[in-house]
Amino acid sequence: MMPLVRLAMLSAWNRRFTLGLMLIAVALSTTLLLGIDRVRHEVRNGFTQSVSGTDLVVGARTSPVQLMLYAIFRLGGATNNISWSSAQKLSSNPAVAWTIPLSLGDSHRGFPVLATNDNYFKFFHYGDRRALRFAEGRHFQTVFETVLGSEVAERLHYKIGDRIVLSHGTSEMNLSDHADKPFTVIGILARTGTPVDKTAHISLEAMEAIHLDWEGGAPLPGMTIPPELVKKFDLTPKTVTAVLVGLKSRAGVFALQREIANEKSEPLMAVLPGVALDELWQVVGIGEKALLAVSAMVMAVGLAGLASSILASLGERRRELAVLRSVGARPADIFFLLSIEGFFVMLTGVLLGVVLLTASFFIFGPFLETRFGVAFRVTLPTIAEFQSLLWIVGAGFAVSLLPGFRAYRVSLSDGLSPRI
Amino acid sequence: MSDAAIEITDVSFSWPKHLSPTLEMQYFRAKPQDQVFVSGPSGSGKSTFLGLLAGIVVPQSGSVAILGTAIQTLSVSERDRFRVDHIGIIFQQFNLIPYLSILENVLLPCRFSFYRRERALSQGASLQAAAESLLNSLDLSPSLWSRPATQLSIGQQQRVAAARALIGRPEIIIADEPTSALDADRQQGFLDLMQRECEQARSTLIFVSHDQRLAARFSRRIALGERECAVIDSEQS
Repeated sequence: MMPLVRLAMLSAWNRRFTLGLMLIAVALSTTLLLGIDRVRHEVRNGFTQSVSGTDLVVGARTSPVQLMLYAIFRLGGATNNISWSSAQKLSSNPAVAWTIPLSLGDSHRGFPVLATNDNYFKFFHYGDRRALRFAEGRHFQTVFETVLGSEVAERLHYKIGDRIVLSHGTSEMNLSDHADKPFTVIGILARTGTPVDKTAHISLEAMEAIHLDWEGGAPLPGMTIPPELVKKFDLTPKTVTAVLVGLKSRAGVFALQREIANEKSEPLMAVLPGVALDELWQVVGIGEKALLAVSAMVMAVGLAGLASSILASLGERRRELAVLRSVGARPADIFFLLSIEGFFVMLTGVLLGVVLLTASFFIFGPFLETRFGVAFRVTLPTIAEFQSLLWIVGAGFAVSLLPGFRAYRVSLSDGLSPRI
Repeated sequence: MSDAAIEITDVSFSWPKHLSPTLEMQYFRAKPQDQVFVSGPSGSGKSTFLGLLAGIVVPQSGSVAILGTAIQTLSVSERDRFRVDHIGIIFQQFNLIPYLSILENVLLPCRFSFYRRERALSQGASLQAAAESLLNSLDLSPSLWSRPATQLSIGQQQRVAAARALIGRPEIIIADEPTSALDADRQQGFLDLMQRECEQARSTLIFVSHDQRLAARFSRRIALGERECAVIDSEQS
């Protein structure tokens, strides 16, 4: 004899168009919900991984968040620099594998200028331990060469070989230009989705060179040193803003942190970037909560839509259910038919949603990554995602039961007194 | 235990929110194999009467005994079971499940009722054979049997519905204006087959119609009145 499941399947196939639409609706809600959730996680990851592989950020004493803001995000200015001798002492410390000195303070049309050395291109990592990559060109070798972050190049339409002029200070207004010493664009970095994209990089020597004939933030009157002659001067920097430190072994990180804090010659501070970035995220992470609220609303709207389409489809099924009741289907049978269908629509809809999301990450992932610097990896759903998927299936199933109750109460009397 | 198929005493039924009763019936009785024609204008309570017989609704007072069982004393699920075991129902139209074949439609009551299945099996070699012999005697040729229900004419659909109501020989067949969608010739033909098959199955037939031309073919007729909800029985038994 015909099992109820077969009846349910045949019935569903008979209404495949309506059910297909319902399935697509569930799938899209799921994709949206999971997608928003992924974006939320990736944005957070992108932020907290603005720098990775760096064990300590060293600067003058200030608050850790402040240090991160200017050293990593190039926002605001340092109140104090650290001396070049401290930076060198740090790089010769036996526990230290490498250091990247950073010197800030100038800008180019609103974009911060960062003076550093070759180590920056070798050891600076972001995201999932990814090194900087050149989209075009190479890193600087002579003094007046600059390497631009991708956004600087894109927004200002710079290409290799262009000559740019840096400005003193970081505000966009009332700047004095280093007009006498233009820089040649020699390299453009690939997009990272980190503050690196918005930075123009020059060498520490260049930073020194453009300030040779300056004193106290202004050009010395009556004294100009033409660019050809700067090599005759000692271009060793006197100070740097901060130093990124990579250790030979991560285990030594707290010992070195203490050692730096206890430095007698100069008041220094060393910050663990992960910890400070988490702290900073607490401040700027309000957007994350907003996204969470959006996810919840997407879910609610999706379920409401599901309930209404199930109720609508019930109208379509009134006769069918009335006939089934008249040939002896019990309310429990009707309930089973409706609920098994609701369950499978939810289950396949959610699975379809996951497939859709994975496919769109697969297809659009590389584009999103180069465009926004947010890495969408094609991964299996996480445990947390599995939980929310189960919630969706459960909630959708519960919603699909509501019309079931209504259905078996009305079904038989419908048949005997047909109302159209 | 009475030998009546249907025995209704002092029944009064009103739908919720209705002030006056929709149906009042002092006494009605049908013997096994009776064929009863029920008529009455719209609103006279024909559907309510069928609802009472089928146990879809229960009267506020009085008793409805089917095959000796007072069904108002049964629980909802007991009434469901009782209905599928003993009563075959034919609706005015849209009787068939569109996604099932003719044969599957006919066999549906056997899916839900053990009693009907056993009785159908006692008729022939297999359930399929029982259904096929019913379809044959209702003039539905074997070429139609495996077709989906939607490919049939309305007349054919109603005959399939009759076969389904009759399978497993339930003691009572309730037909709610089954011929109203048919033209006059086919009405007569359908009724011929219906009555013959009910005799064969020894089923009591309750046939509701507003079409008085069909009334002559029934030995018993009751007319439900418009206002007084009275029963006029052509043959007081």
